[in-house]
Amino acid sequence: MTNHHRIAGNGQIQFGVFFQGVNHTTVWKDAQSGSQTDFESFRRVAQTAERGLFSAFFLGEGLRLREHLGKIHDLDVVGRPDAQTALAALAAITTNIGLVATQNTTYNDPADLAHRLASLDLLSGGRAAWNIVTTDNAWTGANFRRGGFLKHEYRYVRAEAFVQTAKAIWDSWADGAIAGSRNDQRWLREDAITTVERHDESFDVEITGRLPRSSQQHPVLFQAGDSPDGRDFAVRNADVIFSAHPELEDAKKFRDDIVARTLKAGRPADDVKIFPGQEFILGATAAEAEEKHQWVRSLQVGPETAIAYLEQFWGRTLTEYDPDGPLPDIDPLVDVTNPTRGNAFHGKSAKDLAAQWRADAKENGQSIRQFVAARSRLNGRGLVGSYDDIADKLAEYAHTGAVDGFNITPWIVPGGLDDIVNELVPRLQDRGVYRTEYEGTNLRENLGLRVPLTRRGSLTSTQLTESEEVA
Amino acid sequence: MPSTPVPAFRSRVIALELDGDGAHPASWRKAHHDPQALLGGQRIRETVLAADIAGFHVSTFKDSRVVDPGSTGIAGRIDAIQRAAFAAPITRSIGLVPEAGTLFTEPFHVATQLASLDYSSLGRAGWLVTADNLAKEARSVGRTQLPEGQVASEAADVVQASRRLWDSWEDDAVIRDVATGRYLDRDKLHYADFDGERFSVKGPSIIPRPLQGQLVVFAPAELIPAVEADVALVSADTTDDLPQAAQAAASSGAPRTLVELDVILDSRGQTAEDRLAELDSYEEWTGGARYVGSTEGLVELLTTLFAAADGVRLKPAVLDVDLPELANKVLPELHRSGLVVPPLPGATLRETFGLPRPANRFAAA
Repeated sequence: MTNHHRIAGNGQIQFGVFFQGVNHTTVWKDAQSGSQTDFESFRRVAQTAERGLFSAFFLGEGLRLREHLGKIHDLDVVGRPDAQTALAALAAITTNIGLVATQNTTYNDPADLAHRLASLDLLSGGRAAWNIVTTDNAWTGANFRRGGFLKHEYRYVRAEAFVQTAKAIWDSWADGAIAGSRNDQRWLREDAITTVERHDESFDVEITGRLPRSSQQHPVLFQAGDSPDGRDFAVRNADVIFSAHPELEDAKKFRDDIVARTLKAGRPADDVKIFPGQEFILGATAAEAEEKHQWVRSLQVGPETAIAYLEQFWGRTLTEYDPDGPLPDIDPLVDVTNPTRGNAFHGKSAKDLAAQWRADAKENGQSIRQFVAARSRLNGRGLVGSYDDIADKLAEYAHTGAVDGFNITPWIVPGGLDDIVNELVPRLQDRGVYRTEYEGTNLRENLGLRVPLTRRGSLTSTQLTESEEVA
Repeated sequence: MPSTPVPAFRSRVIALELDGDGAHPASWRKAHHDPQALLGGQRIRETVLAADIAGFHVSTFKDSRVVDPGSTGIAGRIDAIQRAAFAAPITRSIGLVPEAGTLFTEPFHVATQLASLDYSSLGRAGWLVTADNLAKEARSVGRTQLPEGQVASEAADVVQASRRLWDSWEDDAVIRDVATGRYLDRDKLHYADFDGERFSVKGPSIIPRPLQGQLVVFAPAELIPAVEADVALVSADTTDDLPQAAQAAASSGAPRTLVELDVILDSRGQTAEDRLAELDSYEEWTGGARYVGSTEGLVELLTTLFAAADGVRLKPAVLDVDLPELANKVLPELHRSGLVVPPLPGATLRETFGLPRPANRFAAA
């Protein structure tokens, strides 16, 4: 039995956009590449996405600059604003698109982070979302008062306690807490706020919530962890998974797994939406798209980047090796891989890895550059093709219900969404698989989500979204 | 980049506090909207646009990290840095200066958020440093109050850490050198390496140097000179005490001084005294030095105060009533006098204050 048939796929695909800011996939060597920090770049991408009826605009987070062999990594785009501060500014010049901030549970306090998320939610009229991430390394902790305080095995324990505390803060103001009229006795009704207390291994806090709920009640919760623990965390806490499984067959398997976990967690099968990250490289014809694809890859993995990529696993400089030649024939210096700090890779034994890679590259006839270009596409090849072919392909995704949408990672800023919005979106609309207007005014409505988990008991069924009937 | 020549300080500065519905605890009763419509973007848009168009130099955004259960006044407040950020892309000349606390926040986050505000506002950001040593706030983040003797030095450390983070990228660190494949010149990035009594921050920042180099840092005069500030905010019990307090603060280390003034004005046939009496009948206004009266009288008072201070921060009792009076009557009169010149569209906040763009402390001389 394939579980994904349990999902009444609504035959629709949505888009989000992930303005990454730090990575090696954003092309900066082309003349069309704009600033990574000027507000104008953020405005342009967000407003283009909104013109294309995207559901969400998404910002990442990294709390320490990446380093490579003990020095600041200098080959990739880097330098980005605080996510929520940038999104609060975008809230003023957009009207429908969701605003998603990646924020971690390790180097924040629930009282502060929950308040700022509630602030963004009210400022934007119910369009805020939080992409929950964890960090555990002391290296990042060197930027914070608390230092590297958290052991790896407690990372999700703290995250879960954090999210529960945040939800309690968002629930702490009673409905109707604020005066209904200017003649009322007080602005805030007496006893309208419940103090949030938590005293356990993660937190020892007493918090008085400082804001009411927005029209979507809570910020929407995204989660991106792919490990079994990460997936279980998502189905217990989150609304949307930002997944790493964009290829159709893989996406179906991932959906099956998430549906099974979601049901086990006592939630309706379609309660957790899935948006894989995906790169789109489009052209008027397949040949044009393929040519662009080769060009983009050559800019993403230049000779210096290819060598640096191997250096992080070899643990030594490899500048004497030809990027267009075979992989280094020497063994890594280190026993355990030590990837660029701040990067999300974790290694096995460096020697085994190097031997495996050497064999793979030889078998495929790949040079260092070719190997790294293929290797560093963590999410597969990307969607490469003509506008029509890709529209057909996305229609297939929509009909299988394998994903609810894609979180697009543009390979160039700020123009990277232009062809998607101008060429692809109209073709998807022609095929009936893409919205022609926003369904609602807040993010929860536009994503087709039910009210937050902690609020379901307190509302009547008529206040639930239509998709409730699917369950 | 070397420090630039000092721009001409063309004008006395008029700053405006835009908190909630006004500074009086009963302000919400006289607001032109329902109480439930306060906490959203629309209200910020209306008030900050009015202030920008009127020619105020600065809007400040109060913050508070606890709720006062005893007050009948407004108890909810959207995060101040976010309110300022929301105002950034819809305004063109007004400086945006949120309060941000120092004792129970993470310095790295605060510095990053403020630098981000400087980008969104194209160089119009400032920071009003606060150091409220509140037990409730401490408990909310699992900490305890600081001994009183450590408050100013802790605030000073957080400001220093922020200033070092803002300088941790030199202005021309992003080189985009296609020939060598380098996006950054890593020699132009520096560890902040701040080591204080109670915390340390490694750095560098995750965002390049703010557009202004350093944001304009405002602080209550009591925290200066411990805190390295550009603008001292001077308060007193009465307007008569303000000039002397301002003169005392002028020699304390901050290059600019603003005096704090609560205002309630005659409006639409109602005297300021009557308005105040009515508002106070709900809950008494306990602020600082206060002006109660006509717009002409306020112009006269401000002219006097400008002999002792570089400007004033006005805290109107009721925004929907007092802001139009200030915008339509007080500011035009001050502009006519020549003492006050509206900020130039596109000017940075440092330029508005006649402050040079500072050299980077880490750049090779």
